[in-house]
Amino acid sequence: MQDLGRLGFSEDQASLLEVATSFCARRSPIAKVRQLIDDETGHDTEVWREIVELGWLGIAIPEAYGGAGLALAEVVPVMEQMGRYLLAGPFYSTTLAAQAIVAGGTEDQKRTLLPRLAEGAITTLALCEASGDWNLTNIACTATRTSAGTLQLTGTKRLVSDAGVATLIIASVLHEGRPALVMIERGSLGPDTLRREVIVDETKRSCELCLDGIEVPTANLLDVDRADAALKHIHLVANLLAAAEMCGGIQSVIDYTLDYLKTRVQFGKLIGSYQALKHPIVDAYVSYEQTRSHVYSAAHCFGEQGVGEIATRMAKAQADTTLSFAADRAIQFHGGFGFTWDCDAQLYRRRAIWHASQYGDAAWHKEKLADLLL
Amino acid sequence: MAEVDPKELAAFAQAADAWFAENVDRDPGFMLPLTFMEVGTDQQFDFLQAWQNKVYEAGYLGASWPKAYGGGGLAPAFQAEATKAMRRHGGPIFLNAIGLNWTGPLLLDMGSEAQRAKYLKGILSAEDIWCQGFSEPDNGSDLGNAQTRAVRDGEHYVITGSKIWTTLGKYARYMILLARTEADTSRKYDGLTFFLAPMKIDGVETRPIRKLTGEHGFTQTFFREARIPADEIVGVEGGGWKVAMRTLEYERGARGGQAGGYVSVSSNAWDVLDLARKMTRGGKPALEDPTTRARMIDFMIDIQSNALCGQRAAFSPLNTDRPTGLALSSKLMHTDFAQRMNAFAIGLTGPGGGYYVGDPNAVDGGWWTRSYLNSFSATIGGGTSQIQRNIIGEHVLGLPKS
Repeated sequence: MQDLGRLGFSEDQASLLEVATSFCARRSPIAKVRQLIDDETGHDTEVWREIVELGWLGIAIPEAYGGAGLALAEVVPVMEQMGRYLLAGPFYSTTLAAQAIVAGGTEDQKRTLLPRLAEGAITTLALCEASGDWNLTNIACTATRTSAGTLQLTGTKRLVSDAGVATLIIASVLHEGRPALVMIERGSLGPDTLRREVIVDETKRSCELCLDGIEVPTANLLDVDRADAALKHIHLVANLLAAAEMCGGIQSVIDYTLDYLKTRVQFGKLIGSYQALKHPIVDAYVSYEQTRSHVYSAAHCFGEQGVGEIATRMAKAQADTTLSFAADRAIQFHGGFGFTWDCDAQLYRRRAIWHASQYGDAAWHKEKLADLLL
Repeated sequence: MAEVDPKELAAFAQAADAWFAENVDRDPGFMLPLTFMEVGTDQQFDFLQAWQNKVYEAGYLGASWPKAYGGGGLAPAFQAEATKAMRRHGGPIFLNAIGLNWTGPLLLDMGSEAQRAKYLKGILSAEDIWCQGFSEPDNGSDLGNAQTRAVRDGEHYVITGSKIWTTLGKYARYMILLARTEADTSRKYDGLTFFLAPMKIDGVETRPIRKLTGEHGFTQTFFREARIPADEIVGVEGGGWKVAMRTLEYERGARGGQAGGYVSVSSNAWDVLDLARKMTRGGKPALEDPTTRARMIDFMIDIQSNALCGQRAAFSPLNTDRPTGLALSSKLMHTDFAQRMNAFAIGLTGPGGGYYVGDPNAVDGGWWTRSYLNSFSATIGGGTSQIQRNIIGEHVLGLPKS
């Protein structure tokens, strides 16, 4: 029998879970979420400042580089509660970018950049291209050395999260025929290089980034020998954190639906007494508990060779399936109101579609699991 | 409970491991039942009764029950180690499930001193087999409507009526019996009383019921003015519903205190994986078929879900929002999953799926089809999956009653 992972829960996780729950509830009530949908940047800089002060950006950054030196396991409860309260902002992007530097940066880069990220310098990754490939090493953008000793970039990146508010963007490129990661200061970009995209999850922000004509110093290249390993790490971290955010969303969309089932009356009865509605919401709830178990197992085992990948892919697959189902039923069970933009059910359904589309959906992760397990 | 000395615990675990390595008989020469609900022949019964008795005598069952009642008087960690060793060596199931897992912990929890002294040791040694008299022909899921009558007559209650789906009814010496002592209460639940009823007395007759598998596993039990001692009540007269609900919590694993070991073994995803490797589709291993691969992964994710949710109880900060949720969902998670997986396994056997137990050509002796058919005992018994969803919806999620 193969080891598929197991649960563990640290005291740090417990205290972060408690703090994050009350912070997110306080700072991201649903009216605020709705208000930020109409905001160009999509997030509240004051809330961001508080998140930085809480030290959450540095949770998984080693102490030597200005972080708390904990593991990604400790980021998971924070991400989960952000998902539960739909708290918007560049936490996911910046945490992921920090992991790219931890796994793929040179010693110098780690020393200069990671403390900046821990202090809230918004950073993001530009990995996706027109090919739409979830395999991150399938790259068409290029970085070519010029005679002046700089790097000339070409190609277009898509779905670059939070690029509009980032100070630093790390893009995947082909360099001398091999995958590499290169840093771009957003301040150096020309006026038309970023285009805000229209995306399904309106609480999130992303841009298309045109690399043509951008020139950066060669020192902006991350450690080329570690690029493959860094991309693999990024892929798994992205899925772990997405699963955590989705897990929080599942809890919340179920609670939202339960409120309706307990107050809406039709044919003289609360609609939650009808088994046609009761049983599917129970199925969603049971599946939520299973998802949460998977997410915390993946968090606990993340650093273990082999097992970490299995547990993470299972968590993302389960989170995708469950959030999609729970939010789909949430829309349906709200009846006519469910069909409106004002009903919050759509926020969760759109989020499920977004996360399934980024870094792999349930079917794709199951294919990967089949290769690992069968 | 005294603190556990890790050295003592390790020594106990090692001794248990050695004992089970030596004493487990994997192949008695006939097919053993998968669960205590499927003990269908005297041969199976005799074998399993002897096995449970042997494990008890060796000190690896009831290790954590009080010494005064025949237990080992040790901390729960010791019994957990013994159970692990038994599982590791593939020991057969314990058949006295209703005694070990439901009645025993119930008596430790709510029974009188005299009842504990009288019954607990016989439960552990398998000398006294227990059965349950809850469901009736006309009152299954609607347990609170039970109509079997118990009328007080001096030092006895006189029982009349019928109970059904009595697992081990043919062999049982005692029954936990829910009967109506008062007919006209304003709430139907208030008229019920919980008895510890002897089975081998005049007026009690069991008639075997043939299951969908073709085997015999349980009976219908008829009471015709059977006289049972008046002091064999758990709780108080008229308070039986509360005791029955507590019993169901033990039955569904929502409450601890069981004697240890296990009372069922299920086919797991790894066994199905072996089957998928062995069977062929279009001249290739079935496991190379993309649909089969996708389904296999689904089952592995499910089996891991169940395993992880079992571990969750130890991490209370993760269970604060709905503390009873996991315990009350456990039965549903496990039983529905097992049913789906067994049905899938039959499909893997291709044309061989047409055979049944008894034919020499049946794949794995017909194990998969028999397991599938038997899996309904778990999705119906102890509260159907549909009733489980009502319970979770109402008691965990706070939805209005259906």
